[in-house]
Amino acid sequence: MDYVLIILLEMLRAVSWLVLLASGLAIIFGMMRVINFAHGEFLMLGGYITIMTHNNGVPLWISMLILAPLTVGIFGILVERLVIRHLYGRIIDSLLATWGLSLLMIGGVTLVFGNTVQGVSTPFGAVSIGEYSIPLYNFVIIGFAAAIMLATWAVLKFTKVGLVARATMQNPDMAETLGVRTTWVYMATFGIGSAVTGLAGGLLAPLTGVVPSMGVNFVGQSFITVITGGASMIAGTLSASTLLGTVSQGVTFASGPVYGDAALLLTALVLLRVLPQGITGRIFKKSL
Amino acid sequence: MERSIAKDVGFYVMLGIGLVLMFIGPLIWDLFQIMQITQYVVLSVYALSLAYIWGFGGILSFGQAAFFGLGAYTFAVASINMGDTTLPFVLSFILPAAFGAGLGYFMFYGRLSEVYLGVVTMVVTLIFWKLINHTAGPEYSIGDARLGGFNGIPSIPILNVPGDPSAWLDPAQMFQVFMAILIIVYVVLRLIIASDFGRVSVGIRENEERSSLLGYDIRRHKVIVFAIGSGIAGMSGAMWATYQTFIDPNAFSMEMSAKALVWVMAGGIGTLAGPILAVVLLQWLSLKLGTMHILNNYVILGGIMMILVLLLPKGLLPTFQALSLRLWTIGKSKMKERTPKGKAASDV
Amino acid sequence: MKKLNRRHFLMSTGAAVTATGLGAPSILRAQADTIKIGGLHDLSGPLDASGIPMDQVFKLAIDDINEKGGLLGKQVEGVVYDPQSNMSLYSQYATQMALKDRVAAVFGGITSASRETIRPIFHRYNTLYFYNTLYEGGVCDRNEITLGTTPAQTVEQLIPHAMNLWGKKVYTIAADYNYGHITAAWVKRYVEANGGEVVETEFFPLDVTQFGSTISKIQAAKPDIVLSVLVGTAHLGFYRQWVASGMKQEIPIASTTFAAGGTDAVILTPEEGNGILTSYGYYTSIDNPTNTAFKEKVAAAYPDNPPILSELSEVTWEGVMVWADAVREAGTIERDPLLEVMETGKSYDMPAGAVSIDPKTHHAIRDVYLAELQDQEFIIKETFPQVQPADTQMVCNLKETPDANVHHEISL
Repeated sequence: MDYVLIILLEMLRAVSWLVLLASGLAIIFGMMRVINFAHGEFLMLGGYITIMTHNNGVPLWISMLILAPLTVGIFGILVERLVIRHLYGRIIDSLLATWGLSLLMIGGVTLVFGNTVQGVSTPFGAVSIGEYSIPLYNFVIIGFAAAIMLATWAVLKFTKVGLVARATMQNPDMAETLGVRTTWVYMATFGIGSAVTGLAGGLLAPLTGVVPSMGVNFVGQSFITVITGGASMIAGTLSASTLLGTVSQGVTFASGPVYGDAALLLTALVLLRVLPQGITGRIFKKSL
Repeated sequence: MERSIAKDVGFYVMLGIGLVLMFIGPLIWDLFQIMQITQYVVLSVYALSLAYIWGFGGILSFGQAAFFGLGAYTFAVASINMGDTTLPFVLSFILPAAFGAGLGYFMFYGRLSEVYLGVVTMVVTLIFWKLINHTAGPEYSIGDARLGGFNGIPSIPILNVPGDPSAWLDPAQMFQVFMAILIIVYVVLRLIIASDFGRVSVGIRENEERSSLLGYDIRRHKVIVFAIGSGIAGMSGAMWATYQTFIDPNAFSMEMSAKALVWVMAGGIGTLAGPILAVVLLQWLSLKLGTMHILNNYVILGGIMMILVLLLPKGLLPTFQALSLRLWTIGKSKMKERTPKGKAASDV
Repeated sequence: MKKLNRRHFLMSTGAAVTATGLGAPSILRAQADTIKIGGLHDLSGPLDASGIPMDQVFKLAIDDINEKGGLLGKQVEGVVYDPQSNMSLYSQYATQMALKDRVAAVFGGITSASRETIRPIFHRYNTLYFYNTLYEGGVCDRNEITLGTTPAQTVEQLIPHAMNLWGKKVYTIAADYNYGHITAAWVKRYVEANGGEVVETEFFPLDVTQFGSTISKIQAAKPDIVLSVLVGTAHLGFYRQWVASGMKQEIPIASTTFAAGGTDAVILTPEEGNGILTSYGYYTSIDNPTNTAFKEKVAAAYPDNPPILSELSEVTWEGVMVWADAVREAGTIERDPLLEVMETGKSYDMPAGAVSIDPKTHHAIRDVYLAELQDQEFIIKETFPQVQPADTQMVCNLKETPDANVHHEISL
């Protein structure tokens, strides 16, 4: 019984994890149709900012929840102004440019911060469930995943900014004609997407070893989640994360992590064959 | 636009350069240079496989490495088991081509859109990469060949004279054989592109809907183009395996796929000579970087890629052609005051 | 900026020309008289954390030899390339070193994959090759000197010690590649030989970062010891999540891979790393005069960016020193006379203790240590003198097959 509960919690954590990994990318992809290949390195940068500032005396929560998203967000805006802006509508070019950016960031962070930096421990400690114990931090992950989804939804649904963003997403030309500065919208979107990714990186820092080349471990999962989800940011990310997270964790519990990963990829492949526009291309079409 | 290759000067120039290098090269280069240039030749064949399906079929594959790796592993496993390398080399074309046809059927008959096509090919590559990395245990062997997981397969036989496994090629001979393969691939691709079939696939690239309304079966067309590209990529994988006498799962890596994209991008989409040029330039550059000790090589490579995309969006060869064409027209107009607008660049 | 006029330009280039004119002959002379040796370590990319310290120690070893007057009356010159964690660059630089630079010996390669890429190349061109990393064992090649530890050397010591301390039920978690599989097999063998039981062996792809499900499985299995053969920075997540699950006080961890390159011990915080038991051929805390002198030299040479010392970098030092010793004794840099000197099995006094080369396998017979991590430092618990590379000895005998050129898969 306890074991079943543990498995369920672990699945929930895996789903939340995918939501965190993917939401920054989903915001950028959903709004701008730009695939940010340096997504993994944005995560890494968030992680690095967190541990570097924390090691220099900043309280962990400030490093993780404020400094990491802020810095990565500003970095994102810079990247958008200098690079991405010139490449709108050229998916492949933007992909190659951001691939170059990812190499540049790996090398740059190594140069600036070094490749061996002491990380931070997971805060909070553990909670026991019967004979098992799991990190309390898992609930932080779950909480933040839910919060990001809710916040995005609320902003898009209820605020003026959200309305403008949705308009730009649906028909940029029309929005422009109606007086929306779409370039500004894009810049802000890229910044916000980056900030969310930075936050995810910050939250990730106490869970794993933070090194310059860590991004590659996450980029595959993030992409597949976003693409499987399809065009709509929230419903897409949520449905894809739920499906893929559950499948991969279920298989991992049953037979080990190798098959868990393979099952995730296979599910994505079959889904894309059945629903070529992603889940939200057919189902939840009208959702955000 | 695609013209008859019989009238295309660029084609003869390329062919000439290739043939001259093939015969003269081993006489003037030392062993190290031969090995080096052999590598460019192998990777050029790989780059051509993507240059063809992307530039002349409009199919963007993020998973060219899947076929490269499949060919390499096919060759490795088959040649270790058979001893002779001739049949394995042929297999390394056929198997990836068949797999490419299967995957192409799945994708094109499913009418996946462009972005998703890229992602599906990427996911397939990732699956291959995961699975082949998982084959470390002794239970994963095919005949005499242990797949070896992350560590890869060492001691892959060197290409030999057909029928005589003990007569394997020395580096100079291997260079000549590979150069011949590159020339053949180039000529065959040019012939395909110039044929009716090639014209239709370019038509599909330009406007799918119109081609379809004209009565062409675009799905079947794309499957065939994709399969040809896959076979060529597989063959280049086999060349890579026998050149290095070693193959590991990196053959299936995202990096390997992305490299092909970079070469085609940098060289110029819609050309065949451009990607070859890009292979030589970029490979030479990363080799040179490793021997110099400045900054961090990832910084430099990344920077160059970004600059390339931002400043030369059309690629090296088309930019170069446009530039020389402009100089040429300027020169001409000075002589004759008014001349008709210059013709478009040829598809070298 | 000052506008550059012609006179100014001529003056400055004139000065430059004179400078190079003076400099050039000495450079030329130096080049004609040096002995070149090659260093191939990843200086950028995912493996740079291991590669950079190895490269630093490699250069230091060369400087050390030159300060003491060089070899055969010549200075030693290091040829260093950066393979950028890329196998095809490894093979190209190996070829370049063998054919173009014509180096006398090459030191380097980190992963087994990189070694198996370059080893056949050096074998083909008779370029003496030193591989200085701990690995899964089984290389049989007279042209290669392998100085790092193999699983039989470390696991054999670690298992009985840990079982005595903690109990007989072992849960193995290992990286899913050759080293992980072979080490896991040795773990099973030694656990059973000591009357224990391996309750489960689980393998993880190298890019796995989330270990929640495994930790729950371990909690269900209730072993006495967790034996970790996890490798790489992604797997560091295990140790972190292990502590976060409150398991640190419950079940102790032993490992033959943790902090092999030294960096893991720094990346984890002291609270997370304390108490992990490991076994390697070198620790910085080894107490002997050679090691003290070695550490001082390293600290003096790299005051700003001291390399993290570990078995990888110390063994790199050993490699260069063993080679230099052979050159002095043989009076030549030709490969075969050097190999004959090394095959005599003479003992070398190294920072890690006494090291000699087993003539049958060209692997090192060396002291092996057991140490526990405390506050990012390893405290040595026990020393096992002169341990044989028993695994490679099972499959390789270069006395009988001097032409061997293979990497055996050791299956138990």
